[in-house]
Amino acid sequence: MTCVATPTLVKGSRSTRSTIALKILMAVTGLVFIGYVLLHMYGNLKVFAGQEAFDEYAHHLRTFGEPMLPYGGLLWVIRAVLLLSVIGHAYSAFALWSRASKARTHKYVMMKAVTATLSSRMMRWGGVALLLFVVFHLLHLTTHTINVNGDPGSPYERLVSSFQPGQWWVAVIYLLAMLALAMHLRHGVFSVSQTLGYSNNARSRARANFAGVFLAVVIAGGFALVPLSILFGIVD
Amino acid sequence: MKIKLKIWRQPNAGTKGAMHDYDLAEVSEDMSFLEMLDLLNENLNEQGEDPVAFDSDCREGICGTCSLMINGQAHGPDVATTCQLHMRSFKDGDTITVEPWRAEAFPVLKDLIVDRSAFDRIIQSGGFISANTGSAPEANNLPVEKAKADRAFDVATCIGCGACVAACPNGSASLFVGAKITHLGELPQGQPERDMRVVDMVAQADYEGFGGCTNIGECTAACPKEIPQDVISQLNKDLRTAMKHGH
Ligand code: HEM
Ligand code: FES
Repeated sequence: MTCVATPTLVKGSRSTRSTIALKILMAVTGLVFIGYVLLHMYGNLKVFAGQEAFDEYAHHLRTFGEPMLPYGGLLWVIRAVLLLSVIGHAYSAFALWSRASKARTHKYVMMKAVTATLSSRMMRWGGVALLLFVVFHLLHLTTHTINVNGDPGSPYERLVSSFQPGQWWVAVIYLLAMLALAMHLRHGVFSVSQTLGYSNNARSRARANFAGVFLAVVIAGGFALVPLSILFGIVD
Repeated sequence: MKIKLKIWRQPNAGTKGAMHDYDLAEVSEDMSFLEMLDLLNENLNEQGEDPVAFDSDCREGICGTCSLMINGQAHGPDVATTCQLHMRSFKDGDTITVEPWRAEAFPVLKDLIVDRSAFDRIIQSGGFISANTGSAPEANNLPVEKAKADRAFDVATCIGCGACVAACPNGSASLFVGAKITHLGELPQGQPERDMRVVDMVAQADYEGFGGCTNIGECTAACPKEIPQDVISQLNKDLRTAMKHGH
């Protein structure tokens, strides 16, 4: 007879080698991302305070902590933390993804989802979309490798000239990415609370669910305001 | 009423299976789903065909032996076990798709019967407490807070049927393991082995090939005992605590 699971008990089990340890890694790195996107969104909103305020903010980010830190030092610290977090987050996501696909190789002929939200089912592909967007975004506004608008000077000019109606597709890419971010946060925030063990009753679970919707709207909405305002000429 | 059935038939674990169609007449809406299958099997017997193999025991919703994915839902459309599902939940002329639980850790043995001994091994790995034998201790010596006793009792209603695994897009056993962890973890008798219990049970579930949880919640929706998703939060919390204690 084949196929029957081998009746063995695991010996020498370690908490750190469990699937839950991978989930904890994903949750902690996810929290780093949430903190980062909140601050990043706040910075972007300075565009509404005018060119001077925005460019000054961009400059301050680089001189922050001087002379204890070198010029741009804080940014490099943030970049290192984010890079490590992306590696940890993506590693655990892909490891668990592959485990899950091996856990059911024979699909159902008929399968009905009862409570799953679209966001919860899109976490993996949505995460891949976000990763691709991050690469595009860095090539666009950090390294300027993707240059959509000639040679503008200051950070503010580069931002505003990027989202002009003449190259509407840039704004569309950013807005679609924000939709993906909203969905990832909508379920991710709830999932963090579950994974770290903070939703042990119905009330805290409802609160975590609300926090997910709230942060998704605030963060993705806050980011989206900038390209939308430029596209429609509110900021120029 | 008359119904059309699409049922997974597989002669044994090593042979490929397929969906087969059956027409069944004279189904009463007072029949349970399993009695309807009994009727089908009587007909198949008369025709000299192999009856459809499926699991059942108590037929009153307490043992967890019955299973079945019915029209894409574990235990069918009601919040109940398959033995407590009645044909009045369906309409005359309906087509009903019946499949076994699908998970690598629950291999199909025959037709609709799967081997769920992976759950037994998870229990064996940590679902116990150690107690001295002898005369029963005085019950009032060990007070248990009402809220904890209630929670332990509520999650102890898990009958280990495997619907949570069957319904989970990741094939995860987290609701089952979480129910056991919470049940024993809320009680004073469960404390001495608490850290090792969660580490061992999770390691066993991982080893059996169940997937990781993504908190989608299909398990809870499918659970005939309505075990809430917060046992998974408790499971994660207990594992994190064990990690802090160096296990
Ligand atoms: C590298 C690309 C990414 C992939 C493949 C990915 C994939 C995933 C997956 C599969 C989960 C688990 C879902 C669950 O358990 O419900 C998750 C959770 C999460 N992700 Fe991502 N993600 C990526 C990037 C990001 C980014 C850029 C952010 C920034 C906002 C983010 C924030 C989160 C948060 C907060 C969670 C919740 C953690 C948890 O499950 O406990 N992710 N991600
Ligand atoms: S046969 Fe016992 S629960 Fe259904």
